This record gives sequence, C-alpha cells and structure tokens, in this order.
Amino acid sequence: MESEATGPMLETLWFILITVLFVGFFFLEGFDFGVGMLAPFLGKTDTERRVVINTIGPFWDGNEVWLITAGGAMFAAFPGWYATLFSGFYMALFLMLLALIGRGVAFEFRSKLESRSWRQTWDWIIFFGSLLPPLLWGVALANLMRGVPIDASTNYVGSFWDLISLYSVAGGISIVLLFLLHGALFLSLKTTGVLRDRARNFARRIGALTTVVMLLFVILSYFETDMFTARGINPGMVPLLAGMALVSVYFFLKAGKDGWSFVMTGITIALSTVTVFMCLYPRVMISSLNPDWTLTIYNTSSNPYTLKVMTIVALTTVPLVVAYQAWNYWIFRKRVSADDHLDY
Amino acid sequence: MEAVDLARWQFGITTVYHFLFVPLSIGLAYLIAFMQTMYVVKNDEKYKQMTKFWGKIFLLNFAVGVVTGIMQEFQFGMNWADYSRFVGAVFGGPLAVEALVSFFLESTFLGIWIFGWDRLPKKVHLASIWIVAIAATLSALWILSANSFMQEPVGFEIVNGRAEMTDFFALLGNPQLWVEFPHVIFGALATGGLFITGISAFKILRNHQKDVFKASFNIGIIVALVASFMTAVAGHSQAQHLMTSQPMKMAASEGLWETTGESAPWTVFAVIDPETKENKYQLEIPYALSILSYNKLTGSVPGMNELQAEYEAKYGPGDYIPPVRTTFWSFRIMIAAGMLMILLSAFGTYAVIRGRLERYRRYLKWMIPAISLPFIANSAGWIMTEVGRQPWIVFGLQKTADGVSPLVSSGMVATTLIGFTVVYGALAAVFIYLVVHFVRQGVEEEVHVPQVQEEVLPVLDNTVTPV
Repeated sequence: MESEATGPMLETLWFILITVLFVGFFFLEGFDFGVGMLAPFLGKTDTERRVVINTIGPFWDGNEVWLITAGGAMFAAFPGWYATLFSGFYMALFLMLLALIGRGVAFEFRSKLESRSWRQTWDWIIFFGSLLPPLLWGVALANLMRGVPIDASTNYVGSFWDLISLYSVAGGISIVLLFLLHGALFLSLKTTGVLRDRARNFARRIGALTTVVMLLFVILSYFETDMFTARGINPGMVPLLAGMALVSVYFFLKAGKDGWSFVMTGITIALSTVTVFMCLYPRVMISSLNPDWTLTIYNTSSNPYTLKVMTIVALTTVPLVVAYQAWNYWIFRKRVSADDHLDY
Repeated sequence: MEAVDLARWQFGITTVYHFLFVPLSIGLAYLIAFMQTMYVVKNDEKYKQMTKFWGKIFLLNFAVGVVTGIMQEFQFGMNWADYSRFVGAVFGGPLAVEALVSFFLESTFLGIWIFGWDRLPKKVHLASIWIVAIAATLSALWILSANSFMQEPVGFEIVNGRAEMTDFFALLGNPQLWVEFPHVIFGALATGGLFITGISAFKILRNHQKDVFKASFNIGIIVALVASFMTAVAGHSQAQHLMTSQPMKMAASEGLWETTGESAPWTVFAVIDPETKENKYQLEIPYALSILSYNKLTGSVPGMNELQAEYEAKYGPGDYIPPVRTTFWSFRIMIAAGMLMILLSAFGTYAVIRGRLERYRRYLKWMIPAISLPFIANSAGWIMTEVGRQPWIVFGLQKTADGVSPLVSSGMVATTLIGFTVVYGALAAVFIYLVVHFVRQGVEEEVHVPQVQEEVLPVLDNTVTPV
C-alpha cells in the first residue's frame, strides 16, 4: 500500500530531476557548443582560436557530464523511456555520439602539434562536433513534443527520416542559434580586446535572428503539437518570461551589460526547457499512432524502492556537484588572453 | 549476420576498446598523483617535470577513455532495449550513481588539474589529481557493481516480468563485485606501472634525460610488481568464486567436458572440438585445477556436459555451453600475459635494487614490447568473463538473444558498427602517433609553448566580416 501512495510522487520527483539535469546540460554545454561553433569564425589567427577554445577548457567536460547523468538517470528511473528513446532515435544518437567523440578528443589533441593542417582539421571537427549535437537535440525535442510512431509494445516503429521534418529542423535551428548567442555572450565575458569586440558584435547581429526563429518555432508548435491544449501542467508565465529574457538580451547588450545578457540567454534556455517538460508531463514520449500507447512517467518507471534509493543519492550529490562546479568557474573566472599560458 | 550478432560485436569492440584506455587512466592517475606528491613534499623540480610529462600522456589517454565511455552508457538503450527494459530498475541504478558521484568529480577536477598549474596553491592543485584518481576508482566500483549483477544477480526480485531492485546494499555487497573489483584495480595499477617502465626503458636505452626516466622506472617497476602479483591473487579468488557462481564458465575456461575425478588436473593446452564435445589432445598438470578451485589437492570440478543437463532441467531446453574455445584461450592468454608481467617486473625490481638496471640492456629492450602485456591481459580477461557467461546476458535471468532492441535492424547496427570501428581505429592511430611524439620529445626542461606562425588562417565561412 505504501508503494502505491508514494509511487506517483516519486515518479513526478524524478521527472523534475531529469528536467533539472537537462536544464543543466543545455545551459552549461549550450555555451560551450556555441563557443565550439564560433571558434573558427571569431578566431582569425591560431592564437586567437586557442584563446577561444581555452575559455571553455576547464569547463566543457564537466558540462557534458550533465548529459551523461541525464542518460543514466533516465535509465535508472524510467528504463522504459530510456530504452524506447535510445533505440528509437538510433541513428540520430549515433551521429551525436560521433560528434561528441570527435569534439572531445579535438580539444585535447588540437594544439599538441605545431602543424597548421593538423590544427585546421581539428578546428573543423570542433565546429561540426559542436554544431551537430544541438541540431540533433532540437530535432529530438521537436519530435518529443509532436509525438512519434510508437507501437503497442512500446517500440519506435519509424525510421531516422521520419524524425526529419520542417518542424523538427526548425527546432534544431532554433537551438543552434540560441546556443550560438549563448556562446558568443560567454566569449564576451571571457575574452579581451578584439576577440571580445567580435563576440559582442556577433551576439548583437544574431540576437534578433534567434528571437525571430524561436518565435517562429513556437508558432509552428501551435499547429504541429498539442502542447498548447493538452498540456500536463499549465506553464503559465514561464514561456513568456523565457521570451522576454531573450528580447532583453538586445537591450542589455546595447547598455554594455554583457554579464546580464549572458544571464538572460541562460534564463531563456532554462525556462524553455522547463516549458517543454511541463507541457509534456506526465508524458515522456507521445505515440502518434494511438494515445493509449503513449509512454508516461507511470508506465516507464522503475519500482518505488529503486526510485527512493536514487532520490537519496541524487538529492545529496546534485547540490555538491553544483557547489564544486561553481567553485571551478570561480577559480577560472579571469578572462583568457594571448598572454596567458594556453593549455589547449 | 543478424542484428543480435552485430550488436554483440559492437558491444565487444566498443567495450574492449574502451577498456584499453580505462585501466591506463586509473593506473596513471595514481602514479602521477604519487609523483606530484613527491614534488610537493620534496620540492624537487625533477618530480614536477615527471608529473608534467606523464600527465600529458595521461590526458591524451583520458580524453579517449571519456569519449568512448559515453558510447558505453548509451549503447544499452540503443542496441539492447529489451535488456534495458528488463533490468533497468536494477542495473540503471549503479550507472546513474556512477555519473552522479564519479563522472562529475572526475571531469570537473581533471579540468581544475589541467588548467590549475600555477593558478592554484600547490596543495590544492595536488588534491585535484588525487580526487581524479579516487573518483576514477569509484567509477570502476559502480560500473563493476552493474557488471557483477550480470554475472551474479543479487538484491532484486522479478515483478511483472522484469527485475526490480529490492536491496541496494546487496548490489554493493555482491560477492562477485568484491572479487572482480580488486582484480580490475590491481590490473589497472599494473597497466600504469608497466606502461611507465616500458617507456622509461626506451628513454634510458636512448640515453635521453636518463635522470628523470630512471626515477620514473623505479616508481613504475615497484608498482608493476606489487600490482601484477596482487592481480593474480585477486584473480585466483575470482576463479574460486566462479566455482559456486558460474561453474559453467569455469568448466568452459578449462575445456572440461566431463566432471573430473576426486582430484582435478589443470589443462595447459588442448585442441577443443565443440562439435563432438571432446578434446583431441591435451596437456595436463595433475591436481592443479583442484588447487586452483579449492586450495587443496582434492576436489572434483563439474564438467560442461553435467552442467548442461543440470541447466536444461532448471531453465528448460537450450544450449547453455558458451563458446568454449574463446573462453578457454582467452583465459590462458590472460594468465600467460599476467605471469610474464610478474616475472619481468620482479627481475626489474631486482635490477633496480642491485643498481644494475642499465647493464641489462636486453631486459630494457624487452620492456618496450612488454607494454602490450597488460593490455592483452585486460582484454583477454574481459573476453573470458563476458563470452564465458553466454548464452546469458544476465546469468540465469535473461538470454543475450532476448535482450536486443527488437526493431533496430541489422542494417542499422552494421552501419554504426562500421562507423564506430572506423572512428575508433582512427583515434587509436592518432593517439599512438601523439604518444610517440611526446615520448621522443621527452621531458620539457623549460616552458615551451607550441606556436604556429602568426598568420591569418582561412575561415570556414568567409561571410563573417572582420570587425
């Protein structure tokens, strides 16, 4: 009896925790994806590129663990969701893994040899390795919101190409643009001189475009999904605040308040993610074939005991993680310039 | 080939590949932490140079280990969806804890260590590499507790056709874990030790920066000796545990078809024919298997035919005999490599203690190819453990063929199998190239920052105008 009383609460708690992990992933790795995409454009010389890459040097790996943890948490708390999502979005995940593999070693290998062609090769890998994951996550999120063909045995019956549509590509582009903006603002805080100017200019130029495309995606979502009508929890002001934060970036940049504009793209990312998860709740993967086949937090979750154990572990470790990662950002808070010792 | 076979190949390739890098990371992390401790305590620049030199190689290695580790976690869902659904409520737990407790610590403090030289107080910086080493060890503990569940399921019950966790501490107290974990950790330290001694031997032979590399050799060889010996001891306890937990794996690794008599001989070599279920030739050492299994001269060891009948009665009709030749030979390759490691590191320790290392040039030459021994042993050990468990994916609960993703086609698995294998091969080539480059370069005696000549590089897209 006890398990039935506490079960749904635990499932909701884990849905929230996974939302938190994705917010952490998008917020943190969002800017290092952005920086990776911008490195070959904003860095005109090799040293400038090294400066750009070194701004995320101490952070990117820790940021990526938010994704790995989200994956692990899904496996432990909602194995049914984990199994269907990962086997269903198979080829998309394959591409993302290749991107993350290439990008991860590229940071480490790039500056180890004094050869131009060597470094340019890795710069390309960093660029595409940073572009593909946000693009694919945007496509994946759009499909999660719209629904995908899931059959009665909870398996995804579509193909990779079924995931690609105007709507999902719009989702991918929105996230790429948002992360580019986020990354440029991060660079404006972490670099000096001409690099900082370029980062700010780029942010100013791309800000309006990002806002328009995001708005377009929201409008498309109205027609393509049931997020506006069948929402689990009414997100209320949350999406509006996300939009306002994005618009405010322009004004903060104009006022020369780079720090605030970075905070605002962060808020946009966090609140947009929260909005999506609130509208989905308690569904995790909508079946486009039959509403009865939709995966929810209830029909995919682990047993209450597992959830309880995991809750104890998560609630004790996540605050610690946030604390020492914050300390990491504090240690390396100084701007990076060509005069510094560049490790990457 | 069917999707399940391809998925098994993919798991085998990605796991063995990942585990080439993992033990070296763990082993080097401790060795480097020790070197840096010497630097901080003695304030001797030699140890700083040493730390930095091995640290560079460690970071290359760690990077490949990290990126291939993501695949390890994701491929359960991608290729083994039904397995994930069946055991997720148990098996997912340790994986999530591994990420929460270990991966975050490891990656954050590794970043602090790489970029923290000269930016942090010496002792805080030293602490960061120790935290990396300990977090990597904890990571091994969690992932091995998940693997131990596959070998010897504990702390669960079957509800509605799936395994659900009932006792988290039973997972952590799994007897399989506590024979497997020491074996893996000592093996990792031995890997680090032999890697360092092999490269140091090369540099000593080349007469290059002998001061630093002789000191490195001394540290590496003692770790290699103690750790490879302890790996064997832990391996012995693991083999004994196998007798009760997975006797079929034991019988297969011995090529033992019929149950032995009162005292069991150990087969050194055999020509195994799985079709006729007999061995054509075999060379045996009397009593040795009884000693290996029970620490005494007597004790019968059950053979595969008897166990097959027993399992058929228990689990229903089916073939419960794993690929015998693979299990048999991987076990022997592991043992042979391990024994060579012990002998070579014992001789090296002797040479160092007598102060005659440089006079044994032939020995030093052997130590260079000997770098491969721990990698061979690590791979063979995992192949024996995982192949010897077949046909089960979770022993006694689910067969491998039932764990695969039902709707992922063989074409898709083949695509990713080829894709990952090609990328992994390229990564290995680049990794080895860089390691060789660093080894040739040797220790950096003064600060040297590689610089490419300052000129404007072509940008990927020329539409971004200069500011």
